Amino acid sequence: MKFLGIIVVVITGALLVYTTGDFPSWSDPASPASTHVSPHYIEKGMHETAAPNIVTAVLADYRGFDTLFETTVVFCAGVVCFFLLRIPGRSPFTECQYRHKATGITVRVKHDRKMSGSFGEFERIDTLWTPHDLIIQTACRILIPFIQLFALYVIAHGHHSPGGGFQGGVILGASIILLAISHDLRTALDRLGEKAHAILCSVGVLVYAGTGAVCMVLGFNFLDYGALARILHVDPVMARSHGILVVEVGVGLAVMAALIWIYSNVSSRGNYDEGL
Amino acid sequence: MLWQLDLVILTLVVATAIGAVAIKDLLGSAILFGAYSFMMCLLWAIMGAVDVAFTEASVGAGVSTVFFVAAVFRTTRRTKD
Repeated sequence: MKFLGIIVVVITGALLVYTTGDFPSWSDPASPASTHVSPHYIEKGMHETAAPNIVTAVLADYRGFDTLFETTVVFCAGVVCFFLLRIPGRSPFTECQYRHKATGITVRVKHDRKMSGSFGEFERIDTLWTPHDLIIQTACRILIPFIQLFALYVIAHGHHSPGGGFQGGVILGASIILLAISHDLRTALDRLGEKAHAILCSVGVLVYAGTGAVCMVLGFNFLDYGALARILHVDPVMARSHGILVVEVGVGLAVMAALIWIYSNVSSRGNYDEGL
Repeated sequence: MLWQLDLVILTLVVATAIGAVAIKDLLGSAILFGAYSFMMCLLWAIMGAVDVAFTEASVGAGVSTVFFVAAVFRTTRRTKD
C-alpha cells in the first residue's frame, strides 16, 4: 500500500512539473492574466476606490464576494472546532494543583476537599505543563500591547501598505494566544471569554454581510460600496474607500475570534480548563 | 533578484517539505512546517507579492505552527507509520 502511494505521488508530481512548462513566464506582460482585467485594476483602481494598495482594492471591493465567503469559511472552521471538541460541564480533572505565590511550594487538592485558609495567596497551575518563568511572563506582558497596536495599524492602514483585515486579525488573535502560552489558558479566557469568541466571530461576518445588505437596501448591488455615499455624506469614490475599511474591520474581528476559539478548543481538549 | 538567493531558498523549501513529511517526531514536523512556511514567505516577498508574504508569515509560520503544537501536546508525539 505504501509502495502504491509513493508511485501515485511520483506520477502526480511528474505531471505537475511537466505542465509547469506550459505556464507563461514570470511577470510576462502578454500572459492572459495580465491582459484581461489586471490593466483595469492597475489603471483605474486608484480613481474608482481611492485605495493606493491595489491588492486591498481587488480583495475587498472588486472581488468582495470572494473575501466574504473566505471570512465565512474561517467562521465555519471556528464553529466546527467548537462543535467537535467542546465538552460542556465541569472539569474532568479530579485534582487541581496550586502554587503558593510567596514560597513557590506546590500543593495538590482533590475536588471534593476544600482548601483551608486564604485562597488569594495561591494560584492555580496546570498539572501537565507548569513552568513558572517570571522573565517570559513579564516580557510577553510588555510585548502584547505593542503587538495589538501593530495589528490595529495593519487593519487601518491596509489601504496604503501591505496588510488588511485578515493579517491584522491574525496578529490580534496571535497576541491573545501568546498570552495563553506565556501565562495559561485561564488567564487568556479571563480577558476574552468563550462567549466573546462566538459573538465576535459572528459579528465580524455580520459586519461584512451587513455592509453588502445596506448597499442593497439603498438600491445598489450587493457589496457596491458606492451606495454608502448617501449615508457617509462623501463622494462615491471616497465612500468605496470607507466601505473597504468597514469590511476589513469585519474580517479582522471574525478572523481574530475564530483563531482564539480554535486554539482554546484544541489546546484544552474542549474543557476550557487546563490548556497549553 | 540574485539567482543564488532564489536557489538557496528553493532548496530549503524542498528540504523542509520532505523533512516535514518524512520525520517521525510530530513536534519536529510541526516546526519544519513553520520553517517551510517562512521560506515560502521569503519567496513571495522576492516575487513582489508582499501581501501574500505577510499572510503567509502570520498564518503559515505563526498561528498554524501554534495549532500544530497544541494538537501534538493534546495527542501523541510519535506517529504510527
